[in-house]
Amino acid sequence: MSEAHSQPALTARQAGLVGCHSCGRVHEMGTTHCTRCGVVLHSRMPGSLQKVWAWLFAGMVVYIPANIYPMLLTTSLGHTSESTIIGGVIELVEYGSIGVALIVFVASVLIPVGKFVAIGYLALVVRPGSRMTRGSGLHGRQRLFEVVEFIGRWSMIDVFVVAILSALVQLDFAATINPGIAAVSFSLSVAFTMLAAQSFDPRLIWDAEETQAA
Amino acid sequence: MTRIVMLAATALVLMVAAVFFPFLEISAGGMVRRSSLLDAVLAFSTGMMLPLTFAVAALIIVLPVIRLSTIVYALAPMALGWHPAKHAVAAFRVAQALRPWAMAEIFIVGVSVALVKVAGLAKLSFGPAFWTFAVLVLVTVLSDNYMCRLTVWKTLEERRK
Ligand SMILES: [Zn+2]
Repeated sequence: MSEAHSQPALTARQAGLVGCHSCGRVHEMGTTHCTRCGVVLHSRMPGSLQKVWAWLFAGMVVYIPANIYPMLLTTSLGHTSESTIIGGVIELVEYGSIGVALIVFVASVLIPVGKFVAIGYLALVVRPGSRMTRGSGLHGRQRLFEVVEFIGRWSMIDVFVVAILSALVQLDFAATINPGIAAVSFSLSVAFTMLAAQSFDPRLIWDAEETQAA
Repeated sequence: MTRIVMLAATALVLMVAAVFFPFLEISAGGMVRRSSLLDAVLAFSTGMMLPLTFAVAALIIVLPVIRLSTIVYALAPMALGWHPAKHAVAAFRVAQALRPWAMAEIFIVGVSVALVKVAGLAKLSFGPAFWTFAVLVLVTVLSDNYMCRLTVWKTLEERRK
């Protein structure tokens, strides 16, 4: 089947089989539980896309306050200054730490926004009847999903930075650093988008091949 | 298998050391403050930030410990050529589910960024626990690289008989 790339791939469902999403063992269609690891078998996870949209939407909503409200509160000599995610990046640039500024910018802005776009795109194109279902580029979509799943957790860097700074710079110094409310909403945003990626059933990507073959 | 078990067990021991020894040392204007990993986690423990404390503690200490323990539990008997322990399947499923949520390696990058940020304010230096934690991250990444999820499941299934 797969010798020629022009031919559509045969999905397990078409072959009357169902693969375990947890351990990869393949069973006859109709088997309810995996004989190897015991999870409930689904040819496609039920309600996968609804869950993806729900988590993705939640993640996007809490990402807004994460950018508006301060991430760090620095008090020195009775004067408190607040810095947001972007503010923190600008501060680092002013220190001349371009490399570190770049790391924070990528982790806190590029990765989250890129994830929103990528998960939204994947959820759109795998809809049954989507006009964007074409045989080409399915490998690309699978790759995109794997990247999104792998990279999302790295957004947590800035939250850990805030935790470490607040622990270290305390009352006995000229300055005190406290976490701002954005630290909470940003963490939630990362967690929600991770859940969105985990709810996505990558097998849906390959259903486009079925519709094409039919 | 043996290699994975050894690495995971090593990482567990390192984690205990990393939590209790001083992690970072900060000095400014003649004052020195030592802070352990636990202190860093407890930084959020006031008021509204309490949930964040639990989250950070879970991500960098609790979840990695659970993940490493379940790996050792599920794989050690097989490394020795025995039948898998009771609930080894459940244990390995937990380990698999926790993988994205154990964020020790991300924390290390966070520490480095924090170091740069605080540079203008005070002098920071690493305590023994930092190096322990860094080795722990390395060991965890190594054991993850050796571990093939499908091979583990296959072995679990074969040995159960
Ligand atoms: Zn299974």
